[in-house]
Amino acid sequence: MNISTNPKKLRGFERYVKVDNVSRRSILKGLGLAGGFVLAAPVMSRPAFAAYKTGAGEMPHGTVVDPRVFVSIAPDGIVTIIAHRAEMGTGVRTSLPMIVAEEMDADWSRVRVQQAHGDEVKFGNQDTDGSRSTRHYLMPMRQIGASARSMLEAAAAKRWGVPATEVKAVNHEVVHSATSRRLGYGELAADAAKESVPSIEGLKLKDPKDFRYLGKGQISMVDLRDITVGTARYGADVRLPGMKYAVIARPPVTGGKVSSFDGAEAMKVSGVEKVMEVKGWPWPSKFQPLGGVAVIARNTGAAIKGRDALKIVWDDGPNGKYDSVAYRTELEEAARKPGLVVRKEGDVEAALKGADKVIIGEYYLPHLAHVAMEPPVAVADVKGDKAEIWAPVQSAGGTREDVAKTLGIPEANVTVNVTLLGGGFGRKSKCDYAIEAALLSKELGAPVKVQWTREDDVRNGFLHTVSVERIEAGLDKSGKVTAWRHRSVAPSIASTFAAGAKNQAPFELGMGLVDMPFEIANVQCENPEAAAHTRIGWFRSVSNIPRAFAVQSMVGEIAHATGRDQKTTLLELIGTPRIVKLDSVKDLWNYGEPYDSYPIDTARLRKVVELVAEKGGWGRSVPKGHGLGIAAHRSFVSYIATIVEVAVDDKGKLTVPRVDTAIDCGTYVNPERIQSQIEGTAIMGLSLAKHGEITFKDGKVQQGNYDDFPVIRIDEAPAVTNVYIVPAAADTPPSGVGEPGVPPFAPALINAIFAATGKRIRALPIGKQLEA
Amino acid sequence: MIKLKINGQERNWDGDPDLPLLWFLRDETGLTGTKYGCGQALCGACTVIVDKQATRACITSVSDVVGREVTTIEGLHPTGDHAVQKAWRQLNVPQCGFCQAGQIMQAAALLIENPKPNHDQIREAMAGNICRCGCYQRIENAVHLASTGV
Repeated sequence: MNISTNPKKLRGFERYVKVDNVSRRSILKGLGLAGGFVLAAPVMSRPAFAAYKTGAGEMPHGTVVDPRVFVSIAPDGIVTIIAHRAEMGTGVRTSLPMIVAEEMDADWSRVRVQQAHGDEVKFGNQDTDGSRSTRHYLMPMRQIGASARSMLEAAAAKRWGVPATEVKAVNHEVVHSATSRRLGYGELAADAAKESVPSIEGLKLKDPKDFRYLGKGQISMVDLRDITVGTARYGADVRLPGMKYAVIARPPVTGGKVSSFDGAEAMKVSGVEKVMEVKGWPWPSKFQPLGGVAVIARNTGAAIKGRDALKIVWDDGPNGKYDSVAYRTELEEAARKPGLVVRKEGDVEAALKGADKVIIGEYYLPHLAHVAMEPPVAVADVKGDKAEIWAPVQSAGGTREDVAKTLGIPEANVTVNVTLLGGGFGRKSKCDYAIEAALLSKELGAPVKVQWTREDDVRNGFLHTVSVERIEAGLDKSGKVTAWRHRSVAPSIASTFAAGAKNQAPFELGMGLVDMPFEIANVQCENPEAAAHTRIGWFRSVSNIPRAFAVQSMVGEIAHATGRDQKTTLLELIGTPRIVKLDSVKDLWNYGEPYDSYPIDTARLRKVVELVAEKGGWGRSVPKGHGLGIAAHRSFVSYIATIVEVAVDDKGKLTVPRVDTAIDCGTYVNPERIQSQIEGTAIMGLSLAKHGEITFKDGKVQQGNYDDFPVIRIDEAPAVTNVYIVPAAADTPPSGVGEPGVPPFAPALINAIFAATGKRIRALPIGKQLEA
Repeated sequence: MIKLKINGQERNWDGDPDLPLLWFLRDETGLTGTKYGCGQALCGACTVIVDKQATRACITSVSDVVGREVTTIEGLHPTGDHAVQKAWRQLNVPQCGFCQAGQIMQAAALLIENPKPNHDQIREAMAGNICRCGCYQRIENAVHLASTGV
């Protein structure tokens, strides 16, 4: 049947999508259920009704709140719950189904989780990005669970001929306590499926005091055992009969192309079957492949060896002169001149002129590569006008759209099976590798796996931008900050979508620049232009990384200049508890959330600073050569503060004995996974601060693997990371967890290094700067 | 024809003797628990145990392991309940999990050589295995747990 949804929310060209067969097949195929609570029902996008509003409805395809889409119950009582978001290590594949199970009073030991394929009309938005899953789906998942519970209760009441108000779902059974009768969910499934789905407005949600799973953190990831025994299936692990293995030599310079190639030597390699040129798109072209020369073989090892033997002459194109040393100078020069004003309060020019003291800081952060442990990889099987993809993609729906468009077939003919992701960090929100596999499969008439090597990942990815953040702070005689000018210069992610984009997009400006929360009378934020010369993409926390580094380092600089404590200075700048008004900001981007539900609340920012200071022992005495640093940052509508203790020895060797982080992410689902995310962001923060740097020379990335783009290993890791989660007040909207831990880490570290050594680091990575 | 012994089972290979063991395991044998992460022995995701030694399968050729016992994550314990595997589950070590087979094999090899490593020894032995999610604190604690029971 044809389903229409709000066309303005559709990303793709197809506004009417047939869902009937796909929905039924996908559930039945995986589980072989018979006669259960599985319906091929008309699916309508239904907005969640909640005490707070989120931006979920504004995402492409919005939310679908329908138990018939997400829940099936087999006659033996096994409840299968659909996970429609991608698992890349946050635990979302467990957390979202757990919310459904909680509200439907299912026994978790009798719950199975099934991964949804890409179908946003059916499941709602699936783009697992922006720390949005819990934020957007806590309430819809509760409503789905509550609907299922209500349908089971109605079925039992009918069976017994009693009013529905007399029965109650308890731990996988519906009970009529007056007569001590009980029926298991499996026994009720077929009847429950015939009940109409209750209206969302009328649903009775559980009282949080009755929660068994939600907010408790005692449930392990559903994939935990599989991961420890080697059976967890990632994109790289998909094998199909007759599958070919491919690697591709891609242009070393963004926008380059093959001029000529000779595959004769490659063809001599044992196991190599074919060498062929593959189509590329001119830069920029969103997520379309770069093109190049593919080597097809019977296994990946042979394909790599064959690729090493290729002789290719490249036409580098207009980015062949991209040079990171020269580009840094360009950015610095731009940051010293006025740029597009994106926030303005008071008269910053006059206030800086009239200031008793002006402190200027210029902070540099280079390109970064994601280097998730699983490099990009995808399997495709294209037959005629149908395509099936198996891939570790953050956006199953987006992948389906892009593959369909590229092959010129209807979206309904593309099935995207989402495997586990061996890390994502934003890289796997771009599906270029899935498109490559689809094109090759079509060409070869066989299933194909395209495996990126680590070098491909580092050299042909979508890098984190490169930036100069310049802050001028004007202080009066008492040391109070009266003027704040922040210029941010960095090539924009928009440049990956449209040629010539030189200003940052609202979603980048909103990550720590225009949303700066300090209580200062004269504020001006500017965005001078910067041209991109490579593909820029989302990297976990995105623009928040350079912004928090700059803003929170400047807080440390102000504290030092005025002889005050870092934490005291930070709290003074945050100012009075209030809701920050940003009237001068055009197109304020608040992580896609309505400002009413998710305002910048300085009381919450103050609270995480105070909590981490108390728990982390701010001001405690530390041994000689050690130092403490603090930083706080709101991102993805969560509030985080971090204290880092460093030790720097007389040779400049840096170690991190202790990290303390407090997070306020509103109402939360799984504190155990929040803790693991924050532990991990300390490692990622330390990696980028200490080592992270991708550089270009002659248009080419100079690094290639973990030797020249090192990340933190266990012997450099903080000895301990302590995590404190702010208990949520009732009805506090949930906010992000996956990303917010990264931004405050680097400035807390840098402030700690200053405390330990008196050296102020303004350019990352730290590298050898402490050895001088 | 090369004859190999993997997880106690004989395997034959008549292709390129220089093929890295990693790709033989993954693509030719279907033992996909051993992962590709870097191809240069920099990350440890491909760690297997050859005889009693942790070995990077990505730089070990098929011909290098003739006549030796190769153990992969699939063969570490018949029911998947090696002390290291149990400790990993008890402490909820993984995030994305992709590196964890290599981490577990490295830890298992460490405990063969040194059944009671201290924290410094754990860090030293595990330093060749990268976890980009940053599960190191739990990895360290899990190795300790596996070796001591606490």
